[in-house]
Amino acid sequence: MNHWIIVPVVMPAILAAVMTLAMRYHIGLQRVFSLAGSVALLAVALGLLAHAGSGAIEVYELGNWPAPFGIVLVLDRLSAVMVALTAALALVVLLYAIGSGWDARGRNFHALWQFQLMGICGAFLTGDAFNLFVFFEVLLIASYGLMIHAGGARRLKAGVQYVIYNLLGSTLFLFALGTIYAVTGTLNMADLALRAAEIPVGDSALLRVGAMLLFLVFALKAALLPLHFWLPNTYAEAPAPVAALFAIMTKVGAYAILRFYTLIFGPDLDATAALIDTILLYGALATLAVGMIGILGARRLGRLAAFAAIGSMGTLLIAIAGFTEGSSTAALYYAIHSTLAGALLFLVVDLVRERRGALAGALVPGPRLAQHGMVTALWFGAAIATAGMPPLSGFIGKLLVLDATRDMGAAWLIWGTILVTSLVAILGLAQAGSVVFWKTVAPADTADTDAPPAAQPALPLVACFVLLGGIVALSVLAGPVVRYLEATAAQLHAPAGYIAAVLGQG
Amino acid sequence: MELLMASAIGVMTAAGIYLVLRMRTFPVILGLALLTYAVNYFLFATGRLAVNMPPVLRKGAETYTDPLPQALVLTAIVISFGMTAVVVMMALGSYLSSRDDDVILPPEDDSPREGDA
Repeated sequence: MNHWIIVPVVMPAILAAVMTLAMRYHIGLQRVFSLAGSVALLAVALGLLAHAGSGAIEVYELGNWPAPFGIVLVLDRLSAVMVALTAALALVVLLYAIGSGWDARGRNFHALWQFQLMGICGAFLTGDAFNLFVFFEVLLIASYGLMIHAGGARRLKAGVQYVIYNLLGSTLFLFALGTIYAVTGTLNMADLALRAAEIPVGDSALLRVGAMLLFLVFALKAALLPLHFWLPNTYAEAPAPVAALFAIMTKVGAYAILRFYTLIFGPDLDATAALIDTILLYGALATLAVGMIGILGARRLGRLAAFAAIGSMGTLLIAIAGFTEGSSTAALYYAIHSTLAGALLFLVVDLVRERRGALAGALVPGPRLAQHGMVTALWFGAAIATAGMPPLSGFIGKLLVLDATRDMGAAWLIWGTILVTSLVAILGLAQAGSVVFWKTVAPADTADTDAPPAAQPALPLVACFVLLGGIVALSVLAGPVVRYLEATAAQLHAPAGYIAAVLGQG
Repeated sequence: MELLMASAIGVMTAAGIYLVLRMRTFPVILGLALLTYAVNYFLFATGRLAVNMPPVLRKGAETYTDPLPQALVLTAIVISFGMTAVVVMMALGSYLSSRDDDVILPPEDDSPREGDA
């Protein structure tokens, strides 16, 4: 057994516990250990990515219990890509959090951060449906703490809403798992795939109920319309680095949909065939439209970024709804892009808010910002990436999605929605950018005479440029990345290999 | 017993959903608690209802009751208990800082605000 597979789960857990117990009052020590942990996590994740690139599916049996009875972690290409994306994003955003001082505005930021990473990595790696629930809870409970980090009345209130939504989601998740267990008698994902295929179609009503409930849970996590209502308040009110890390959390939902509805309730399974495709597609189209119109209608930068996150999930879920190899490749590429772009947008919005004092994120003209040119350039980059304009990877991602959906029944509708909403997003982002960055007024003309502090820390800017650099790298290296993701999608759509790897041993 | 179990789960779920849709956090939290009770019983019942059966096969036992749902329920109870504690604390904090118990977030006024950005 390859013990490296469990490192992304165990290492953050130990680190977080040590931080809470031993260095609660030492923010400097916490920063050092948190950064070191994130660098190590990225190194391990890249190692796993290279390892999974060989095409082998590695299984880690916890406690050495063989697969259908014990809990397994499974490393395939998809898991490796998602874990590597999480680790890379977490490292850069952590740099931002440290540089901007967000982590010192309340205690236990770094411990919660590590627990959050543990939950996310665990959710991507696990091969057991109930274990997925447990890792969802781990990442959620850490996110509750992070969401209300630094306090404030509005943030607490938005936090309560967020917790209530997710507790409802967790309850639904348990109902779904209970139904599926009652029908199949197993919760191991590979075993579920075999058992679900054995159930006669005429007898499969409960299985379909379970599959549908499970879809609702993942759709809630992925902010699919009409289950997206938790997202705008949460993301707009959360501390910026936390919102940037949350960019990967919606992808956990998308990942779970992709995993469950290719492996277990795949297109070949008669009982659940075409159960969710249509709902997912039209829901995703509506999500995209609402998200992009939200960008145009937002009156504050925080909500603008939140609606951009919803819109990007719409595009991602459209691609997933195809459930073919080509569309899954496009979905994965767009998932990587939209995670980086979404995080960058939240961080740039925070750069602006920190520099505008009392004006904060309101879309009204304000004084020139400190490092005005740099922040404007970052906004420009983030806007291009978000709207999906050339030359950044959003364009390539959307092109892949358009190409993959060409043969689908509702192709004209998909193409129309994606293209029109892109235009709407460009309008919204250009409007917001020109109000904030172009229509600057002299500080003396505003009611607020406090000039923004001239000196702002440089590390947050560096972190933002690193993220932008990641997006540029994703565009330049699109060829190799897409080849890796094509192999990933091929592996995903041939679930026999996964099942054999998990159940074939021992 | 099946009827009792099913109706209990149904009534608790219905009451939970009704309470979750209230405006104030207190009934909403009670509703969430009811929903978690309902789901715990539901999980328990997914292993089929059996009376006086050992959870593992041993000598002399004809049948057994499925032990896995019991383990799942245990996990679910621990998690939902912790989550309820978290949401109670957050609701209290929210009540104390904003002086009202409403679940909804009031719309932000467009005038610039002081304090947290």
